[in-house]
Amino acid sequence: MALPNKPMGELPAVANPEVVEHDVDVLIIGGGMAACGTAFEIKKWAPADLKIKLVDKAAMERSGAVAQGLSAINTYIGENKIENYVKMVRNDLMGVVREDLIYDLGRHVDESVKLFEEWGLPIWKKDDKGDNLDGAKPAPTLREGGTPVRTGKWQIMINGESYKCIVAEPAKTALGEENIMERVFIVKLILDKNKENQIAGAAGFSTRENKVHVFRCKTALCACGGAVNIFRPRSTGEGKGRAWYPVWNAGSTYTMCAQVGATLTMMENRFTPARFKDGYGPVGAWFLLFKAKVQNGLGEFYANADSAQEELNKYMPYGGSPVTPTCLRNHLLLNELKAGRGPIYMATDVALNAFLEERRAAGMDEKDVKKFWKHLESEAWEDFLDMSVGQAGLWAGMNIEPEKVGSEIMPTEPYMLGSHSGCCGIWTSGPDEDWVPTVDGPRSHQYKWGYNRMTTVDGLFTAGDGVGASGHKFSSGSHAEGRIVAKQMVKFCRDNADFKPELPKSAQEYADEIYAPVKRYLEHVGASTAANVNPNYCKPAGLMMRLMKATDEYGGGVATYYMTSGKLLNICLDLLRMLREDAEQMAAGDLHELMRAWENYHRIWCVETHIRHIEFRKESRYPGFYYRSDFPNVDEENWKAFVNSTYDPKAGEWKCEKVECINIVETEPWV
Amino acid sequence: MPSYVDPSKCDGCKGGDKTACMYICPNDLMVLNKDEMKAYNQEPDACWECYSCVKICPQGAIAVRGYDDFVPMGGFVHPMRSSDSIMWTVKFRNGNMKRFKFPIRTTAEGAANAYTDLKGENLDDEKLTLEQDLPAPTMLAK
Repeated sequence: MALPNKPMGELPAVANPEVVEHDVDVLIIGGGMAACGTAFEIKKWAPADLKIKLVDKAAMERSGAVAQGLSAINTYIGENKIENYVKMVRNDLMGVVREDLIYDLGRHVDESVKLFEEWGLPIWKKDDKGDNLDGAKPAPTLREGGTPVRTGKWQIMINGESYKCIVAEPAKTALGEENIMERVFIVKLILDKNKENQIAGAAGFSTRENKVHVFRCKTALCACGGAVNIFRPRSTGEGKGRAWYPVWNAGSTYTMCAQVGATLTMMENRFTPARFKDGYGPVGAWFLLFKAKVQNGLGEFYANADSAQEELNKYMPYGGSPVTPTCLRNHLLLNELKAGRGPIYMATDVALNAFLEERRAAGMDEKDVKKFWKHLESEAWEDFLDMSVGQAGLWAGMNIEPEKVGSEIMPTEPYMLGSHSGCCGIWTSGPDEDWVPTVDGPRSHQYKWGYNRMTTVDGLFTAGDGVGASGHKFSSGSHAEGRIVAKQMVKFCRDNADFKPELPKSAQEYADEIYAPVKRYLEHVGASTAANVNPNYCKPAGLMMRLMKATDEYGGGVATYYMTSGKLLNICLDLLRMLREDAEQMAAGDLHELMRAWENYHRIWCVETHIRHIEFRKESRYPGFYYRSDFPNVDEENWKAFVNSTYDPKAGEWKCEKVECINIVETEPWV
Repeated sequence: MPSYVDPSKCDGCKGGDKTACMYICPNDLMVLNKDEMKAYNQEPDACWECYSCVKICPQGAIAVRGYDDFVPMGGFVHPMRSSDSIMWTVKFRNGNMKRFKFPIRTTAEGAANAYTDLKGENLDDEKLTLEQDLPAPTMLAK
């Protein structure tokens, strides 16, 4: 038997990869919902000679957060006022949001949803009697005035197993297959050699062949999703992959933009969704469609108790809303767990049987009740099978039938994202229109500087999870935001037609940097008989565990019920500094491992910004997502403000600052 | 709940230029061993159980078995995906079975209109293609 000191993967990496240089006008980095929106829209504005390339780490048909599918579209304005959408997002995210970005998204999102339906996405409708029709049944489309099945005010139900395939198809057709590179992982953005604060290119590598790709571009979109596996997950064995958010999102968006000096905003915001325990199946449909409630271990529906309302009253105006902010819902749940009144159960049995009793009470005979039940049961299972099959697998393995027994709910490990019920990300310009506030000072304080969704770096745009301080975009909003960016990038190219991007280093130098983990591996692998244990390097898998241990124990992970403090955060920052240094010692024997090495490098940087922001903000803005024991309250007087941070790539220094938060939409009434 | 490959069914996509599971896996987990001409999941603890490989495999050679750190043995969930619908089989640990069928697409594959001939009008406003109007906020803060 051979000694285990060989590369593990099927695609061994070589010391000197081929280097390919590309010259384009527009570079789209990412292939998820946002990038698909850009790909669909951009040629509708671009002159015929504009060179555009899209580069995706995976395959667009199944890349990004919607890869598996979804059972609902959570943002469809429809009959509602966009201003009320702004109010909802603002309240859910505890007041500190960019209302210009949210309103702007609200006025474009429905067109994306109507396109999805036109492309073939089945959207549930209401029939004449008010009953639900699945999306394949004949019914008027949204464009024709059809009535979607609303669960909450903003959500609509879909049969969404193929959601991403359906959205990717016209994106690819519109851009042209010849302008799309899949399985290329961009790992760094590059500033121009001559023009200050201007994007000029990017570099990455193929995960299929030993090739480094170096791009020169006039403008770039960086839209590579949020960050997962940055805190120790609750499942640390095989189940580590069953992250709530897609496990392949490694914080690349935030890290790459930060490293070239783009200002970040609200990186302290995290999302720790309460989900079905272990399988992390969605709870939205259970709460909204099936009207299920949560019980504590004593069988009490604690969220309806007077004590819960008293607790929420401490967080006004946010706690007074008819829809409690997500973090405060978590806060109530955590209080139950900490008081020993766990476990928390979603009473699926009570909810489903209530529907049946309602039908019986209305005089429905047992045969029809049975038929109705078949439909209801199918809807309940589809919610998981569309978007979180693993939860269905867990129910099957545990013999759980939701009509007979409830299922446990648990808040997950923290994630960083900007499109769901979270709002960390990059500080971008809003639309260049009169209603968007004009603010003096540097871009990091301003609301608009000419190009909608451009970061503080000239020519660098972001969308979806990338745009900070404007959550609740979800899948449809991310696509719409990608469409917004498409037009702006074309405008940027038109206005900067004379700009000739030049990179400060040679393509070979970028290749050497990107392949450093491979060179290290090949140089040192002979120093031990087992490739994974070697005194001269660390492996990506081990480094990731080290990162997750540090953040979990000191940065307010599940180990401490999300509690941290200034002292703990500074210990965390020390550990992260050493991790960042040691990341330079990572080794990769094959192309898959090289991808993991760079993902971890991105993870370390992005979680460092998170910890830095929590440390700077001297309050606990999101009770239920994280707590600072030294500043346990929401401090409206001093901290109803953005925290923005900027890394100076020349000096290698971070700067955090407090930035004014302006209400655009009326504050009376608040919601 | 990592995916696994049945060696008696996997034909390595016959050595074609595209191994289906390797092409589709969003997390770069599925690889082809060229000596054996069989695919495998190279990092099961990074599997999101998204079922992309299971759904795309032309041989039906890929299935999923529950994560060994929290799923009791004996159950499974398996799809059969066609161009317009998907049929799921759910088998419980106690042997009970359930089947569900859902629509997945209302148009033929390849039929999505990319509006390739459409051209926008004014590059200097915020209106996107196909959009009729561009509202500005009312109900403003004082």
